[in-house]
Amino acid sequence: MRNPLADKVVEIKPSGIRKFFDIVSEMKDAISLGVGEPDFDTPWHIRDEGIYSLEKGKTHYTSNAGLMELRQEICNYLYRKQGLTYHPAKEVLITVGGSEAIDMGLRAMCNPGDEVLIPQPSYVSYEPCAVLAGATPVIINLKAENEFRLTARELEEAITEKTKILILPFPNNPTGAIMERKDLEEIAEVILKHDIFVMSDEIYSELTYKEKHVSIAELPGMQERTILINGFSKAYAMTGWRLGYACGPEAIIQQMTKIHQFAIMCAPTTSQHAAVEALKNGDGDVEEMRTAYNQRRRYLMHALREMGLECFEPYGAFYVFPCIKEFGMTSDEFAERLLEEEKLAVVPGTAFGDCGEGFLRISYAYSLERLKEALERLGRFVERLR
Amino acid sequence: MRDELLTIIEKNSRINLKELAVILGVEEIDVVNELAALESEGIICGYHTLINWEKTDIEKVSALIEVRVTPQRGQGFDNVAERIQKYPEVQSVYLMSGGYDLMIILEGKTLREVSSFVSDKLSTLEAVLSTATHFILRKYKDHGTVLSQKKEDEREMITP
Repeated sequence: MRNPLADKVVEIKPSGIRKFFDIVSEMKDAISLGVGEPDFDTPWHIRDEGIYSLEKGKTHYTSNAGLMELRQEICNYLYRKQGLTYHPAKEVLITVGGSEAIDMGLRAMCNPGDEVLIPQPSYVSYEPCAVLAGATPVIINLKAENEFRLTARELEEAITEKTKILILPFPNNPTGAIMERKDLEEIAEVILKHDIFVMSDEIYSELTYKEKHVSIAELPGMQERTILINGFSKAYAMTGWRLGYACGPEAIIQQMTKIHQFAIMCAPTTSQHAAVEALKNGDGDVEEMRTAYNQRRRYLMHALREMGLECFEPYGAFYVFPCIKEFGMTSDEFAERLLEEEKLAVVPGTAFGDCGEGFLRISYAYSLERLKEALERLGRFVERLR
Repeated sequence: MRDELLTIIEKNSRINLKELAVILGVEEIDVVNELAALESEGIICGYHTLINWEKTDIEKVSALIEVRVTPQRGQGFDNVAERIQKYPEVQSVYLMSGGYDLMIILEGKTLREVSSFVSDKLSTLEAVLSTATHFILRKYKDHGTVLSQKKEDEREMITP
């Protein structure tokens, strides 16, 4: 029989997370700080709207780009939060999670040979999506000494004449790094100089603990060359609803909508109705959850400092990214031994790019009680290693 | 820090001072001082424990009593409310808008104890016009806490 598979797909490395997941799931009574989603359930009033929409029989397709009411609410939200103005009928696409927006955006924008700049450590899907879109991913290794921010110099050094898109994943999973206005201004200058585009993945925009999140699209000349990606998973604890969106220049959004129409048809209708409620009446919930995450963040940072684990203070998302180089083990070895000896699961930094070597991702999307128990285990382990 | 502190200890009054200081991002001494201030200002009135008595061997009967009263000149409802709140079996006294004036939550050992409180003590107060007693059959949620089984973490162990 002929080989049924596409080489391009077979050649994609399986996710490093997947490998570790298999080990963890075989282990009984392990506890985990390895989760990349909120521990909160979706606020009840949002779930209630979803249920209500089902009761009313709103069980059909929506328009391809998504419910107009939701697109309008997204525009209101982005204006309220970021001061950005988008046209709901032309510049917004509702997607199946932020992930689909990444995929559609890259497919809509990349020609064979185009280079896509991907700062790492970062979310696992940028690189494979770029490959599937026919582009060449070019990795920028971010550095701990810069608190894993992208600097203008690093960007400048990575740009070639083939560079088309920069993916800008901040607030960042897995490092918790943020980019503040001044950082973005330096980056924007380089982007404008070289006439490249930005895909700004702002899925954690509501979870910052220093200043309010700034989108690169807010800077002069940037909105017209930025695809802004956001969604409901992290801000409103709606991961399972699979709902995100992309906003950007009409020309790009229209082509993304075309692919979305053929591949997906439309994002889940129930989720869209619930999301309208989230945007209309969910600000208080977001604030409450952010306060809780911030308390846990402080608790976790304090515990790591007491253990003497080196870690920069992250101001975004719900992750910390401590350094374990002092123990002379790889991230994988450290994580596997931690799991075997203390039954505690964390994610090796290498799951998010080679430059994550020597680091761990620890999630604080857990109750304080759980964090306390987990950190005792980590503390014991570190103590033994020293 | 005050609002955040109150929100935390309203749910968990047993949290220790050191932890409180860490999660609030302040010094322990600041937490101590703030708690002392909140207590002396009468904002923090007590530190209670939420108990699901149904799961114990101890029998308790709770009732919610609606009371209509005649307000008194110059005192309004205060006098009668203060009189009622003196009974130790009275857990709560609220002044209400709507069809009746005071709502009392009463806890007794037996049905008879509750009913005799109503007939002997409450109804006989001069200002009390009428009462309506509702026995509480089951508490599903109390003080913002669902009393039934705790929810398990259903998330996958590791996700990107």
